Amino acid sequence: MFDVIVLGAGHAGIEAASAAARRGATTALISFSADNIGIMSCNPSIGGLGKGHIVREVDAFDGVMARAADASAIHHRLLNASKGAAVQGPRIQADRRRYQAAVKALMAVSGVTFVTGEVTGLDLSGGAVRGIVLASGERIATRALVVATGTFLGGRIFRGDERHSGGRVEERSAGPLAAHFRDFGLPMGRLKTGTPPRLDGRTIDWARLTEQPSDDLGWTMSALTPARTVPQIACAITRTTAATHDVIRAHLDTSPLYSGAIEGQGPRYCPSIEDKIHRFGDRDGHQIFLEPEGLDDPTVYPNGLSTSLSADAQRAMIATIAGLEQARITVPGYAVEYDHIDPRALAPTLAVRSIEGLFCAGQINGTTGYEEAAGQGLVAGLNAAAHANELTPVILDRASSYIGVMIDDLVLQGVTEPYRMLTARAEFRLSLRADNAETRLAGLAQRAGCVSAERLHHQQRSADQRATLRQRLDRSLTASDIQGLGGRVSQDGARRSAWEWLRFDGIDLDLIAPDALDGIDPAVIREVGEDARYAPYLERQAQEVATLRSEESIALPTDIDYAAIAGLSNEMVARLDASRPISLAAAARIRGITPAALSAVLLHAKRYAA
Amino acid sequence: MIDTIFALSSGQPPAGIAVVRISGPAAFAAAEALDALPRTMRRATLRALRGQRGELLDRALALAFDGPATATGEDLVELHCHGGRAVVAAVLAALATVPGCRLALPGEFTRRALANGRIDLSEAEGLADLLEAETEQQRVLALRSAEGAISRAVQDWLSQVAMLSARIEVMLDYADEEDAGANDAEAIRSAMAALADQIDGAASAPPVERVRDGLRVVIAGPPNAGKSTLLNLLAQRDAAIVSPIAGTTRDRIEAPVVRDGRAYLLIDTAGLTQTDDVVEAIGVDRARQALAEADIIMWVSDQPSPHGEALHVHARADLPGRDHTPADRIGVRRDDPASVTALWEAIAAKAAALLPPADALPLRARHRDLCRAAVRALRDSPADPLLIGEHLRQARSELAAITGVDATEVMLDQLFGRFCLGK
Repeated sequence: MFDVIVLGAGHAGIEAASAAARRGATTALISFSADNIGIMSCNPSIGGLGKGHIVREVDAFDGVMARAADASAIHHRLLNASKGAAVQGPRIQADRRRYQAAVKALMAVSGVTFVTGEVTGLDLSGGAVRGIVLASGERIATRALVVATGTFLGGRIFRGDERHSGGRVEERSAGPLAAHFRDFGLPMGRLKTGTPPRLDGRTIDWARLTEQPSDDLGWTMSALTPARTVPQIACAITRTTAATHDVIRAHLDTSPLYSGAIEGQGPRYCPSIEDKIHRFGDRDGHQIFLEPEGLDDPTVYPNGLSTSLSADAQRAMIATIAGLEQARITVPGYAVEYDHIDPRALAPTLAVRSIEGLFCAGQINGTTGYEEAAGQGLVAGLNAAAHANELTPVILDRASSYIGVMIDDLVLQGVTEPYRMLTARAEFRLSLRADNAETRLAGLAQRAGCVSAERLHHQQRSADQRATLRQRLDRSLTASDIQGLGGRVSQDGARRSAWEWLRFDGIDLDLIAPDALDGIDPAVIREVGEDARYAPYLERQAQEVATLRSEESIALPTDIDYAAIAGLSNEMVARLDASRPISLAAAARIRGITPAALSAVLLHAKRYAA
Repeated sequence: MIDTIFALSSGQPPAGIAVVRISGPAAFAAAEALDALPRTMRRATLRALRGQRGELLDRALALAFDGPATATGEDLVELHCHGGRAVVAAVLAALATVPGCRLALPGEFTRRALANGRIDLSEAEGLADLLEAETEQQRVLALRSAEGAISRAVQDWLSQVAMLSARIEVMLDYADEEDAGANDAEAIRSAMAALADQIDGAASAPPVERVRDGLRVVIAGPPNAGKSTLLNLLAQRDAAIVSPIAGTTRDRIEAPVVRDGRAYLLIDTAGLTQTDDVVEAIGVDRARQALAEADIIMWVSDQPSPHGEALHVHARADLPGRDHTPADRIGVRRDDPASVTALWEAIAAKAAALLPPADALPLRARHRDLCRAAVRALRDSPADPLLIGEHLRQARSELAAITGVDATEVMLDQLFGRFCLGK
């Protein structure tokens, strides 16, 4: 008997199992094979815009991803380094093997029991999770179950006219489980994603390509990683040509995307190369990023070349690209179509509303990306442990984190394409920075009881330093003082605190208060400097957040019969019925719900409560 | 248990008839408490309304409607009382003592009608105006609102903002991709300013409430200058008491008038004077307040007007020695309807400039506030692309609040529809 069983050892499953164990739950992690633990199925990178934010947020809860990324990072790039910190996205290229090794090492000391096997059945007698059944016939009892099966649920692979059943190339899919899920009456859908061919780096003519070196800014993904340790290597950039596009057009009829074989919707923000040529045919070339998959692995991931054309067409296409003329494909690209559940069937804890003790996380919820999966795994794991052991649930809201934005979007709006995080999705973007994830979430993480002593110490130390530095910036200065320090400001006679001066262009902490920085970590200095720079906007957002949170306090029962509320259109009834918002504010965020509809819902809810 | 609500549903007293509406589960009980409940549903019945101690409040025509087939979807009672202030006050006070009954909040009958499916949601705002429309001009504007003129304009602005957002977001969210292109933050800012001007123009047009509530025409001047007489002449009824005693009008007196399809609210005020009389002083204060809220001022005095834009009226031109009207004034004779018509023409000329043209967007105060907030967001952005993004997001969410669409989704559609993004 376990408190929590996690199904699937990908990025969602790993974080779920680890988080449940950190909260004190006895936890088992089940996968087809130990080789699958922490596997990177697609591109070998972690982080990026919006995604890097999520990695840091998972890290604030003492999660696995950021530390494993640091242990395997062979290339660092801070996207948007020249723009405001809110849209800076830390991203690393990971050495695939080192990443897996790091995850395994962290899991080995996590207290999680690893079980090899295929789950073929669930015991849900009485509408609640009781246990799982393995293909061997063995039954294991549990109080809570987290399903994190990625693309394996009903997975089907497409490449030209080839068809395979499977969640990843040369791996089987979780067929019986998919059938099971449909039997439970959960709302399901199909989505599609794709991956490019992998190349043998020894056959690429690197000398002809533009090199993209790793940055030397020194940042790391995890707050607990003191410094970079792995040797750094460069990526390279090439581009498609008119000849490439000709090859693709000539083979479009072999693409399952255009033959109608694939019914699932693919992601607009990660289109296949066929899609790019088809939709943006006027362009003379598209960039391809060549990303090495490891220090001692010749495999190269050509980012931007996702395709499901036939293997022959892929070879012809590669040969038209500068530097890749002689390149050998080690594994051809393919598209995969898979089952997902409609995430509107989930509560903000990622619990399936209709089955007690069942949680879902990751690609099964209609998302894409390792980071999105990890963020959901964290929340599902924390709440599965809460369910099993009667602890307080952990709900992240839109104002706290990108994870909160993502889960709110998922459970209220559902998905029409694989959901990927973009910073534009966060209305409180200015407040939700990758560099302040710990400040935003440490309190929540500590209250959830899921951080180690080492993490706690670091979080408290940073909090103390922030308070100290902030207080030192209360000193007041005149424009003349600033000019005396070499700052270019206009003489308006006003006296301002150092904190207020920092929002002026060209004024920074080193100029205005170098002595205030004594004993403060560089990361804290950058964070506080950014807070000061955007202070008026952050204050405004803080007010919006206060309004949002007060509106969240008007709870709606989750068993309202929306069809019985006169005056709602059929479409509104369908949307409210699918999402079952927990508050009036959540109902207001559902697309197409008008203010007039909200007042009808509120009135009905009050009547209902009476 | 849902409250039962009541309110005066007809115009402000004094009036010929005052209709008090009671809606909710206790509506019949409340009518019964006043001895006003008819024995037969949906049949007008004369009842003697009585207060708690059995005292007669009024003799009124009472109508009871059993829900849900009523205007609000609930049990509903209408009491058609005499329209005096005291009568209405007494009836409302008596209803307030009935358990479970309270005075309705503004718009609450409509909200209940909405909640109970008696009004269609989609066009509720415009439809409500249409139902209330008393003049031809009100009808035309309300119909345009109901037909979605506002939605179309807002969707157009919203898609322009979304386009600009997409341009800035591609710089922010796709920094490392070539399609993110060059920094065109400055071009985006000038496009924001141009769009702000466009929205501002629509939001600054004369407000549609003037059409709905009537233009406020305030008659002001020193005591005993003939203001109340003028009001009665314009309203063509004895709305105000007229006497030769200075200071007869102590409170403001309002007379709604419809003329040539336009609604006006004529407001007579106490004469502006220095006074030690406490009551008269209050009247003078109210006159000044009315002047501050006036759309058109009619200045009735032989002294020059302190209000530059005022229509200066030379009243009582029929009295001996007053038959000469100075050049810059409009003379009005009690015995000459043509002089009153001429004054109306002068009022109508002013009104034409104050009222929205027939093709104006029928923006309500709520819409205008949201438009102005969007305009501010579009105008005030600094050059930092991150802050441009933030200002555009604010503008998007303000505009989206007018029609209730998802602004982020609109922007993402633009983003992925126009740029080739994603590796």
